[in-house]
Amino acid sequence: MDGETIGVTGSVSRAADGAGLAADGVPPVVLPGYDPAGYVCELTTQRPGDGGALATVLRRLAALPVEELRRRSAAAERDLFNLGITFTVYSEATAIDRILPFDMVPRVITAGEWRILEAGVKQRVTALNLFLHDVYNDRKILKDGIVPEDLVLGNVNYRPEMQGFPVPFGTYVHICGTDIVRDQHGTFRVLEDNARTPSGVSYVIENRHAMLRVFPDLMRGIRLRPVDGYGPKLQQAMCEIAPQGVDDPQVVLLSPGIYNSAYFEHVFLAREMGVPLVEGRDLVVENDRVFMRTTAGLAPVHTIYRRIDDTFLDPTVFRPDSMLGVPGIIGAWRKGNVALANAVGTGVADDKALYAYMPRIIRYYLAEDAILQNVETRICREPEGLKATLADLANLVVKPVGESGGYGITIGPRATKAELEACREKLLADPSNWISQPVIGLSVCPTLTPDGLRPRHLDLRPYAITGRDTWVLPGGLTRVALKPGSLVVNSSQGGGSKDTWVLVDE
Amino acid sequence: MNTTLPVHTQPLLARYAESLFWMARYLERTENLARLLDVTQTFEASGRASQAWESMVRINADEEEFARRYGQATPEAVRRFYLLDHDSGTSIPAAVAAARQNARALRPLISTEMWTQLNMFHAWTAALSEEEVAGDGLSHLCARVKENVQLHTGITEGTFYRDQGWHFLQLGRFIERADQTTRLLDIKYHLLLPSLADVGSALDLSQWHALLRAAAGYHAFRRVHPRGLTPRAVADFLLLNGAFPRSVLLCVRQTEFTLEQLRARYGLRGTREAAERVEELRAGLEEHDIDHIVDTGLHEFLDWVQRMLIAIAGSIGTAFFRDWRPDLSQEKGHEQRQG
Repeated sequence: MDGETIGVTGSVSRAADGAGLAADGVPPVVLPGYDPAGYVCELTTQRPGDGGALATVLRRLAALPVEELRRRSAAAERDLFNLGITFTVYSEATAIDRILPFDMVPRVITAGEWRILEAGVKQRVTALNLFLHDVYNDRKILKDGIVPEDLVLGNVNYRPEMQGFPVPFGTYVHICGTDIVRDQHGTFRVLEDNARTPSGVSYVIENRHAMLRVFPDLMRGIRLRPVDGYGPKLQQAMCEIAPQGVDDPQVVLLSPGIYNSAYFEHVFLAREMGVPLVEGRDLVVENDRVFMRTTAGLAPVHTIYRRIDDTFLDPTVFRPDSMLGVPGIIGAWRKGNVALANAVGTGVADDKALYAYMPRIIRYYLAEDAILQNVETRICREPEGLKATLADLANLVVKPVGESGGYGITIGPRATKAELEACREKLLADPSNWISQPVIGLSVCPTLTPDGLRPRHLDLRPYAITGRDTWVLPGGLTRVALKPGSLVVNSSQGGGSKDTWVLVDE
Repeated sequence: MNTTLPVHTQPLLARYAESLFWMARYLERTENLARLLDVTQTFEASGRASQAWESMVRINADEEEFARRYGQATPEAVRRFYLLDHDSGTSIPAAVAAARQNARALRPLISTEMWTQLNMFHAWTAALSEEEVAGDGLSHLCARVKENVQLHTGITEGTFYRDQGWHFLQLGRFIERADQTTRLLDIKYHLLLPSLADVGSALDLSQWHALLRAAAGYHAFRRVHPRGLTPRAVADFLLLNGAFPRSVLLCVRQTEFTLEQLRARYGLRGTREAAERVEELRAGLEEHDIDHIVDTGLHEFLDWVQRMLIAIAGSIGTAFFRDWRPDLSQEKGHEQRQG
């Protein structure tokens, strides 16, 4: 069964109140045995302006026996294996290919919802870039006391090398992934910004392809925003940021190589852009210019979309033990001979501790309120925040500020007494390493489980590309927690993904 | 068409060129291993089981490793060695895994169809079981391996973009195929060595038949030699025929042509040393007739061809792959197996 439901406060959610007749006046379709238990459901909770698409999808889903769903699901997963849309898990003796589990019930976003999400993401990316430009130049926001100075200058991801260094269009975060959840009231909230090297966009496109292969009848006649514009948009942005005076810039994607768990995505993006996928050993720096080693000798490189962390980029500047990077590449960059995307030093902006200040950062630079709200966040480095967190530990999610991938999180209502005690000790030992948030009753979506279609929690990561301007890929990656009741959607923690549909305005 | 017209193309990463060369070699090797296993089984059926399987190990130059790990070359052990043993380095699963490893590095370049087919081929060979390899399943298994490589070749022909990458792939394919044909001929040489009395006997001729069939050359041979079948004619056909796709001469000429394409169309001057060597090899093949070659020692001649092919591959590697590696000392374990 689905286990306990947590985080739902109040009696009946606003979204549930709205449930009744579908837009076209037909009674809502009921999926047998499906009960979202008060959470907002991305498929069964009626929303205005869907043009009847939600009911159509539900009717088609309800008409299929669960065996048929399983058969198609197995076919979809077999395709993913054969196509090599996999990541390889290495142990001492073996290398096992795994897929990111794909659930073929789509998550649907209406045109109206997408307008809000798109505007909110653009606003956030704009603010992140303005913030980065400020902290690496005049530091006004620090001087004005909006963000504590030590939070930025003392951050491990702050790169003094970036101080005063100009980047084209003031864009530091060329590719941004914004993690968004929808709470029990139907409100979208940002959970996290990913401004370094966000991954997962390849699954957005591949999930759509998988859907078209195994479930074309589900989307027949429903008009969706296409997802195949990502590669050309990325290529365009990479050309825009190339050093001035280069007519036909050579763009490359720098990958750690075939052993990296995101290698498939690197391949995917290189192919979509039509550029070489290079490893550190393919590049060489001479006279502060970057070249790649080709059969005809050294060929110049102008823009590098790097999927390697800052600290591995250049062993002469950062980690001397890095075998993945290119000696001298930072020097070439500082000379303006090559562009790097994302810029070095963006990690200072997507820190979980800084996240709490994002609404204030947006207001500071743009004089606007945040279109997408944060999840209410207590900063434990602030005494009030720590006090409030400790007082309500059993009801809060406590997160370390430096980790990613869902590691190190304590979910209060799920934790045992001993786990809560351990959490308390960690908080007291190093308060500034922690933030806390209320448990959000994440929205759900019907998901194929051993028990049939059941609600599973999910989030959304839209991807924004910024060169001269910002463009957001319609939809994004929907990650779904496959375990009953689980709120952790990360792939490293057993999460899967879904196709994300953005409806075209009728 | 003017084939010397230079074409504007994207630069090709040296690492990609190397991977293309080796992916093609490993696949060609895989196909020929299947052919060798198939023909060896035919020889076994004619009543010389252990001898036939021993020679299979010998012509692949695997005696040492085989003896160390398996001891006696029983039919079962040799089958296991070449079909199930992922660690042997020269087995079919190992060759397919190596081809796939190169294909993984090439995924940004090769077609999705090429990758997917090889990925599935690999999944199948990696999971081969004892039962599939045992008894009368072998011939069927070898046929399926051959078909998979041929499928890959066909997909490549129909989908792979024809710029210099295609030529590096062709180089790997033809050099390996020439090498493998010399080995196929050599298997007969080794097998017959201890029993010269059999030369010209019915058994002897049936083995030459089998050899031609293993090389998929029997019917083509018949078109050239409608009557009779002599060992010399078969050796001539496999070595010196200018139209049979697996003959050494044809493969060498294709290698020479491909190197010339790389020089003329893509301006790759690094082809010179390899081109000189391949010219020497071609001349050595064209200048001698089969009587001279057999009379002065077929095995020695095949040995010379193999050494020349290794030298040509070495020249290509030095000019296009290894010189571009930043630090050779860091590349340990990445070097791919030579011929």
